[in-house]
Amino acid sequence: MLFEMRGPGALELDVNGEKRTVLARPADTLLHVLRSQLGLTGAKPGCENGDCGACTVLIEGWPVKSCLILAVEAVGRQVTTVEGLRDTPIQRAFVQKQAFNCGYCTSGFIIVCHSLATIHPNADQETVDHWLQSNICRCTGYREIGEAVGLVLGTPASEAPGAGAPSPVDGAQESTLC
Amino acid sequence: VIGFDFEYYKPGSIEEAVRTFAHLDAEGRNPFYYGGGTEIITMARMNNVVPGAVIDLKGIPECRALGHGDGRLIIGAGATLAEIHESGLFPLLGRAGGRVADHSVQVKVTLGGNLAGTIVYREASLPLLVADCEAVVAGAGGLRVVPFQDVFGGRLNLPRGDFLVQVNIARESTCLPGFHAKKTRLEKIGYPVLAAVMVRDRQGRYRAAFSGLCSSPFRSVELEAALNDARLEPIRRIDLAIASLPAPVLDDTEASAGYRLFVLRNTLEEALDALGGVA
Repeated sequence: MLFEMRGPGALELDVNGEKRTVLARPADTLLHVLRSQLGLTGAKPGCENGDCGACTVLIEGWPVKSCLILAVEAVGRQVTTVEGLRDTPIQRAFVQKQAFNCGYCTSGFIIVCHSLATIHPNADQETVDHWLQSNICRCTGYREIGEAVGLVLGTPASEAPGAGAPSPVDGAQESTLC
Repeated sequence: VIGFDFEYYKPGSIEEAVRTFAHLDAEGRNPFYYGGGTEIITMARMNNVVPGAVIDLKGIPECRALGHGDGRLIIGAGATLAEIHESGLFPLLGRAGGRVADHSVQVKVTLGGNLAGTIVYREASLPLLVADCEAVVAGAGGLRVVPFQDVFGGRLNLPRGDFLVQVNIARESTCLPGFHAKKTRLEKIGYPVLAAVMVRDRQGRYRAAFSGLCSSPFRSVELEAALNDARLEPIRRIDLAIASLPAPVLDDTEASAGYRLFVLRNTLEEALDALGGVA
């Protein structure tokens, strides 16, 4: 069945467990609609180019940069912003470890870390690094962010991302298959 | 913010997608097929592309396939790089796709989008180029199945209005001993100075594909012949392979041509070591 949206119109979005109706153009990004129509300003506009991660939200539980998804693409899918997280372990860990400086990147980091802890609660270090490289903290507060993630995943702080020496530039990786 | 308007269509079937494209194209509305949309959105924001309409292929079940059938692994063009990575069904493809941009972007980027995009590296193509891989393509004439290399010459190259529905890979190709490396200028996330995939097939012969080295990804018969020349020591095979490159080496702000060749030499040595030395 062909779905079509030929101009500005009403869209029903499922945001933080509530059905919300917005008026959007087909070319509007989800980031823009969340902030300007729903007042959900936890997702931050940073680069608006998919690089910084400050605008990350959950789509069906997976972290997606809301500057890289059209609002119309989110129809029929569960959207969770940082406002939809309430007293989660990663939020408590961020407070406990004081894992923020200016705070602009914090909501994006919390979203990614929450998704990681939910989908891969026993994530190994490679997986943690892989996921957290999606986000940038220009205050360079990576050590405390790493410690907060380590707290939730149960990994020692010394093994948390950013807690030790910077990750080496990636080299060869052998694949042992099947 | 995208500063112009376009129309959005999401067909539920292959036929509907082809028909919608043909209709919009005939009306001069410059339709684009839309997978993950990451490149279209970022380029539209800068007015580098100006589609009049986008046709989102993610509503087509065949484009979202990811699993085995008839002894082959079927991957829909609308499967995301993260889904492929998480599935573990083709580890080498998962690993190559797992180094495109960053993880949150991989949740959005589709296999078809990576192969068809304008960013020249198209790293997800490398494991497909060295596998026994077919492409399922939709067009006005219906579906056709062709060798992957017939539609991918460095970039997905299809007649206007056609789109990639799926790739399917011989199951044994997904299990070959394999090597993947991506070398970047500084950070782990970045464009490749060199991305390389090498496998050793059931006959012990090496197959190799590269991105970031020349203007587009490639697999070269001549280069592989050099790597598999049993008369030569490994170091001479590598010399001959480098002398067999099919196109000029990139020389740009990511890396000079000389540095890329230095990285290529080291990477080939690592790959041969990792895959058990010379055949």
